[in-house]
Amino acid sequence: MTLSLDRSIVTRRLILRGAAAVALIGLGDLPLPALAAANDRYPEDAFKQKSDADAIKSLYGKSAEASDKVKLDAPEIAENGAVVPIAVTTTLEGVTSISFLVSENPNALAASYVIPEGTLPSVANRLKMQKTSNVIAIVEAGGKLYSATKEVKVTVGGCGG
Amino acid sequence: MASTIRVRATSSGDNTEVQALVQHPMDSGYVKDAQGAIIPAHFIQQLTFEHAGKKVFVADWGPAVAKDPYVKFSFKGGQKGDDLKISWVDNKGASDSTIAKIG
Amino acid sequence: MKARFAIGLVLAALTALSMSAPLTRATETVDPVADAKAFRDYFVKKFPKVKLEDFVNGPYSMNEDMRKQWEEKEEFPPYEFALDAGKEMFAKPFKNGKTYADCFPNGGIGIRQNYPYFDEKEGKVVTLELALNRCREANGEAPVSYVKDDMASLTAYMAFTSRGKPMDIKIPNDRRALEAYENGKRYFYTRRGQLNFACANCHVQSPGERLRAEILAPALGILNAMPIYRSEWAGMGTISRRFVTCNSQTRAVPLEPQSDEYRDLEYYLSYVSNGLPISGPGARP
Repeated sequence: MTLSLDRSIVTRRLILRGAAAVALIGLGDLPLPALAAANDRYPEDAFKQKSDADAIKSLYGKSAEASDKVKLDAPEIAENGAVVPIAVTTTLEGVTSISFLVSENPNALAASYVIPEGTLPSVANRLKMQKTSNVIAIVEAGGKLYSATKEVKVTVGGCGG
Repeated sequence: MASTIRVRATSSGDNTEVQALVQHPMDSGYVKDAQGAIIPAHFIQQLTFEHAGKKVFVADWGPAVAKDPYVKFSFKGGQKGDDLKISWVDNKGASDSTIAKIG
Repeated sequence: MKARFAIGLVLAALTALSMSAPLTRATETVDPVADAKAFRDYFVKKFPKVKLEDFVNGPYSMNEDMRKQWEEKEEFPPYEFALDAGKEMFAKPFKNGKTYADCFPNGGIGIRQNYPYFDEKEGKVVTLELALNRCREANGEAPVSYVKDDMASLTAYMAFTSRGKPMDIKIPNDRRALEAYENGKRYFYTRRGQLNFACANCHVQSPGERLRAEILAPALGILNAMPIYRSEWAGMGTISRRFVTCNSQTRAVPLEPQSDEYRDLEYYLSYVSNGLPISGPGARP
């Protein structure tokens, strides 16, 4: 008796999975990234991650490939780690999200921006850096992730200038 | 009380460039005060920009964004005289919003 | 009258002799005009690529990477809030109905470049910060801290109304004014503290170089950008704040804000920067 019950449960699960697949196929033209962009939920979990890899996984569920189409503008040596002006721009099309990570910060994810359609894929902001670290810019475009990385040196202020 | 949000929105050609500076401590929760006690984390989590009823930009921020945070972006559309609504909410549940005119 | 004047001169000369100042000899007269020219020439010669008016931008006139970061921040500067607060504070009447405008020439607008000045009645240098607190006290208000907050906001606003105007410090033909100037100059060039630094060691000998992590600012025009938002302070600070913290950082005993030496130092430093534009309020690392 148990055997038949299990089988029916398994069958039901398979049917549900199949139904879901059918439903997705039905959505067809609607790209998944657009769904992500429309989701304005604050990515609390991603901000809690320590490493940049974990933060990116939490935020996007995939990994990024380096691209020279992502232009990251950051100083060689930050004048002060408390306020580091960092900007990113890209020639990629279909951009839906841009994020900034500072690898050596206690939590790597610093900021993430939702880029709705009609908004240019270009953001400038000011971040805190605890110490010399890689700064990573992530651009989500056409459902894929692209990145650019730059090392920014951070020194402790001395006697003032 | 004056708004914590300062905005400069300029329309040129097809695009509107927006710069915002928000007055907020953005305490990370990692810094100690003079007595050695941790200053609790206090930072803006979400900053939203709306034009003509549509969200044109959403900033999801963590405590690694600098104090008195700044952001700059551009969007297609927007004309001189249009309203741009900006609002934020922080991790303590506080919020502020303002409506700026595109220049 | 003439006799008294002659005796006065002799006394002054003797005083000059007895003061162990390596800068003045009995036969030498104080010549601020020549000083200022020599001061300016020194920096212009040391940094031929820097435009004269750019010296007021401190370390940003000395380093390209830092300059870029500063220019990005100046698009929407961190002192914006203090400036707005200063404007409001300046306009708000005291309990007795008067305002700051009543204490200053031209209602306090566009006059920052004339401070500090030598007050001949008092016989001492009066700085803008001192004048502001005196204004408060004269109108029944408690004085505010010299180093930050309200004082920084007020001086930020007043500096802003003078932006672009050339520093214009006057030394009247008064022996005491010349002495105050010389005191300030002496303070600037005297080594002090555990690190045995004089202001000049960093800001005359080594501008543009790194001291630990900082790029040092040139002394020429160094007060023109005050008050400043310093990333290091995560907030605003006044000339008083900077003098105090500089002393602490060189492990010298900091003086009380607006003590005589600081007032004279501000007098000297401002005078030798005459002609350079007011750029305040400013931002620094």
